[in-house]
Amino acid sequence: MDAAALVPCTMQVNGDARTCAITPATTLLEALRYTLGLTGSKQGCDKGDCGACTVLVDGVPTLSCLTLALACDGRAVTTVEGLADKGVPHPLQDAFDRTGGAQCGFCTPGMLMSAYALLQREAAPTRDEISHALSGNLCRCTGYTKILDAVELAAAELRERAK
Amino acid sequence: MLTLPAFAWSRPQSVEDALAVLAAHPGECLIVAGGTDAVPNLKHRLHEPRRLVHLGGIGELRGIRAGDAGLEVGALVTLTELASHPHVREHFPGVVTAAAHVASPQIRNMGTVGGNLCLDTRCTYYNQTFFWREALGFCLKKDGTRCHVVPQGKRCVAAHSSDVAPVWIALGAEVEIASRDADGAVSRRSIPVEAFFVGDGVHNNVLAPGELVTRVLVPGAAYGLRTSYRKLRPRAAIDFPMLSVAVAVRGDAARIEELRVVVSALGAKPRTLGGLDAIVAGRAHDAALAEAVGAVAHKQCHPLSNVPYDTDWRHDMVPVFVKRALADALGVPA
Ligand SMILES: Cc1cc2nc3c(=O)[nH]c(=O)nc-3n(C[C@H](O)[C@H](O)[C@H](O)COP(=O)(O)OP(=O)(O)OC[C@H]3O[C@@H](n4cnc5c(N)ncnc54)[C@H](O)[C@@H]3O)c2cc1C
Ligand code: SF4
Ligand code: FES
Ligand code: FES
Repeated sequence: MDAAALVPCTMQVNGDARTCAITPATTLLEALRYTLGLTGSKQGCDKGDCGACTVLVDGVPTLSCLTLALACDGRAVTTVEGLADKGVPHPLQDAFDRTGGAQCGFCTPGMLMSAYALLQREAAPTRDEISHALSGNLCRCTGYTKILDAVELAAAELRERAK
Repeated sequence: MLTLPAFAWSRPQSVEDALAVLAAHPGECLIVAGGTDAVPNLKHRLHEPRRLVHLGGIGELRGIRAGDAGLEVGALVTLTELASHPHVREHFPGVVTAAAHVASPQIRNMGTVGGNLCLDTRCTYYNQTFFWREALGFCLKKDGTRCHVVPQGKRCVAAHSSDVAPVWIALGAEVEIASRDADGAVSRRSIPVEAFFVGDGVHNNVLAPGELVTRVLVPGAAYGLRTSYRKLRPRAAIDFPMLSVAVAVRGDAARIEELRVVVSALGAKPRTLGGLDAIVAGRAHDAALAEAVGAVAHKQCHPLSNVPYDTDWRHDMVPVFVKRALADALGVPA
C-alpha cells in the first residue's frame, strides 16, 4: 500500500461497523476525531504521556494517539461516546459528575475508559487497584481524589444494580 | 498535535513474508510492533522510513511457552501478558517487576517484548520535536554532527532505556533473530541478550537491516535463580528509568553462590558488573557484603547527562538501588 493512497479501514466503533478512507500515516485517534467525527477522545500530548486519548480496542485500554488506524482494521473500538445508553449516562459518568471528578474535563474521557475497563474485569476494586488502573491517565485539575471517589461510587452503584 | 510523516504500509502474515518485504525494500522500512516507541519517534521525525512493516498479523510471534528447554516468549507478547503470566510470576519475579514498571497500563497493553528489546536509545537532546532539535543544530544521532552530552566524543551515548532487558541479561536469556540471505533462504540464530547490545547509541543492537527478533528464550539453567528489579524514576508511573538495576542470585541469604547485577539507563548498553563472585561466592548476605557490592557498582557505573536528571545524584543512587535490588532478590529487608 503506497503512502499517499487512501485506503478503507473498517472498525466496529461503539457497536456499529464504520468505514473510513485514510492514509497509512493516520492514527486511530485521528481517524476517530477527524474522519468519523467522534471528538470525545482527546488529543492531549499526542505521544503517549497523558492518556487523554484512551479508548478500548477489543476491550483493552489503548492509547489511540500511538495506535495506527490500519492496525485496527476489523477490530472493535469503544470510545467515550459508547458509554451512555440511549442518552442515559453510564454510572461512571454520573459518578464523575456527582463527586466533582471532572473539572476542565479534558482528561475525563480517558479516565472514564480506563475506569470502565477496570470495572468490567473487577466489580469491587480496592482504592489501590483503581489508582493503579488510572496510573496512565494524567489530570491537571482535580488532584485525583475525586476521580478515585467517583470510580468507587460507580462500582458500588453497578454492584447494587447487579443484585 | 504531532502528525506522522507519510509512509507506505505492509502487514505481513508470517515471519517469512515479513523478511521478504524487508528484503524487497532495503533501507526503506521501519518495523512496528506495538508502536509505543516507533510512533512517537516517527512523530518527532527521528525515523523517516518510506514503509512501515507492521508485525501485528504474525500469529507465530505470539504466546509464552514453558518447556524442558526453558521459557520461550514470542516477540509480540505484550508487557501486560508477560507480567500476568502465571508461570513467569512463579519463576521469574524480576521479569514481572520490570515489565510491570514500564510506562503505564495502556502502554503495557500495547508494548511488546520484541519492541522493548529493540527500544531506541533515549537522550534529552534526541527525544524532542524536529523544531526543538533544529533549534539546537541537531546532534550526531540524528541529522547533526555533534554530541551535546559528550561534546568532545565521537560516539552517541544515548541511554539504553528498556526496563526488561537488564533482567533478561541477568537471567542469561537469549534472543532469537530471523534473517534472510540473498537467495531468499530464511534462517534463525540465537545469541545471548547481553551480546545483542552494543555500546553505540545511534543503533545499540546487532540487528542488521532486514532482520527480525522472533523470541526471547530463558534457558532451563535460569530456573532457581532469584531475580529482582529496581527502577529509579521521577514519578511512580509513565516515566522511563533514570537508573535501573536487575539482580539474579543463585543460593540464598545464608549462602550466595553466584550473583549477577546488571545496571542500565546510563549509557547505550546495559552494564553487567564485573568481579562480584570474588566478593560474594559462599558468603552470607549481611550489611558488609551489601556495602561491598554497592561499592563495586558505584565504581563501575558512570551516569551521564543524557537524561534530564542530576548526574551526581544518579551516581549516588547506584549503590543504593543495587543494595535494595539485592535484598529484594534474597527476600531480606533492604
Ligand atoms: C510515555 C512512554 C513511556 C514509556 N516508558 C517506558 C519505560 O519506562 N520503560 C521501557 O522499557 N519502555 C518504555 N516505553 C517504551 C515502550 O512502550 C516499551 O519499551 C514497549 O515494550 C516497546 O514495544 P513496542 O512493541 O511498542 O515497540 P515499537 O514501538 O513497535 O518498536 C520499538 C522499536 O523496536 C523495533 N522492533 C519492534 N519489534 C521488533 C522485532 N520483533 N524485531 C525487530 N525490531 C523490532 C521497531 O522497529 C522500533 O525501532 C515508554 C513509551 C512511552 C510512549
Ligand atoms: S548522546 Fe549525544 S549524539 Fe547521542 S542523542 Fe544525546 S546528544 Fe545526540
Ligand atoms: S494524547 Fe495519547 S497519551 Fe496523550
Ligand atoms: S479535569 Fe482537567 S485535566 Fe482532569
